[in-house]
Amino acid sequence: MDALLKVNGVSKKYGKKQVLDGVSFDIGPGRLIGLLGSNGSGKSTLMQIIAGLTPASAGDISVMGRPTGRETKSLISYMPDRPMTESWMKVRDAIAFYNDFYADFDMEKAREMLDFMKLDEKSGVSILSKGMNERLQLTLALSRNVSLYLLDEPIGGVDPVARGKILDAIVRFYREDSSLIISTHLVGDMERIFDEVMFLRDGRIVLHEEVENIRMKHGRSVDDMFKEVFGE
Amino acid sequence: MSIEFDNNLPIYLQIMNHIKRQIVSGLLQPGDKIPSVRELAADLQINPNTIQRTFQELEREEVVETKRGLGRYVTSEESKIMAIKKEMAGELLHQFIHGMQELGFKNQDIVTIVKEAVAAESGKDRKEGHPDGRTSEG
Repeated sequence: MDALLKVNGVSKKYGKKQVLDGVSFDIGPGRLIGLLGSNGSGKSTLMQIIAGLTPASAGDISVMGRPTGRETKSLISYMPDRPMTESWMKVRDAIAFYNDFYADFDMEKAREMLDFMKLDEKSGVSILSKGMNERLQLTLALSRNVSLYLLDEPIGGVDPVARGKILDAIVRFYREDSSLIISTHLVGDMERIFDEVMFLRDGRIVLHEEVENIRMKHGRSVDDMFKEVFGE
Repeated sequence: MSIEFDNNLPIYLQIMNHIKRQIVSGLLQPGDKIPSVRELAADLQINPNTIQRTFQELEREEVVETKRGLGRYVTSEESKIMAIKKEMAGELLHQFIHGMQELGFKNQDIVTIVKEAVAAESGKDRKEGHPDGRTSEG
């Protein structure tokens, strides 16, 4: 199987602080991958580097065989952990903005997702609750037709009921031939939607495994493994 | 459909058991169509590849069959369904007998206890068994 994403020896330093330290992994097509780590483990930085928004200090990354950069931006959709929409926008404007900005934006899918998410096109973005805002950001990110989706903490700020809705939407609306990397520290809530998980601790990948293997080989949940590795 | 999952055990096995239970209990009838991978994945909020694997295993065991272009269906072979029933009963019995042995009961005692328990249960059923308002008088 050809890798959709290849990350090879990626390191990142901010001043003296080593945020990522020799991160390497491959991701095949059609996979849901959990990028798991506690706060400050380097998850967001890694996502930003893959998205081509921040340069790595060392190492290289390729998507569909092409090195990250301007070319790969059309292959990757990135949902940041902070909203990218402007406060003056209504939901409708945010959708139109994305539609203008990205040639691969699928308007029909966006409408279908808004409906599913119970988002009103006429609502102002600034008055949306945190949970509704996350639903909007997810709609924007998943409505692009790309090969790789990067979702940074998509259920970070929402209550358990709303989490279910977001998980439901991810499984329902993701494209089967694409892959998703989803970062989270809420392992127990999300582990059942993943094919594989990667544990990122102090800037290193300390575990990369199929989730059903973890359950089968070790007879335990990913959440248990996570708590052990991260010593909670 | 909702399942209480145990994240410590392989999810595909839990979904397989769930579907088998629905078949033996008659909730899913022989020849019934089962949901698509995507539908079930979204309903259960489970990884679609896990659902795919579940269905493949069920096909391998000939519990469900794929009709090209139409979808997946519960087997219409009664013997297969009977076999699943026996298999599931076997697991229950195995667990029960082991549990009783751990409590220190001899095989002969276990048989007696089961007989008595079954008699007591069916007695209860008879007493509670007429919710349609019929009474002994009249």
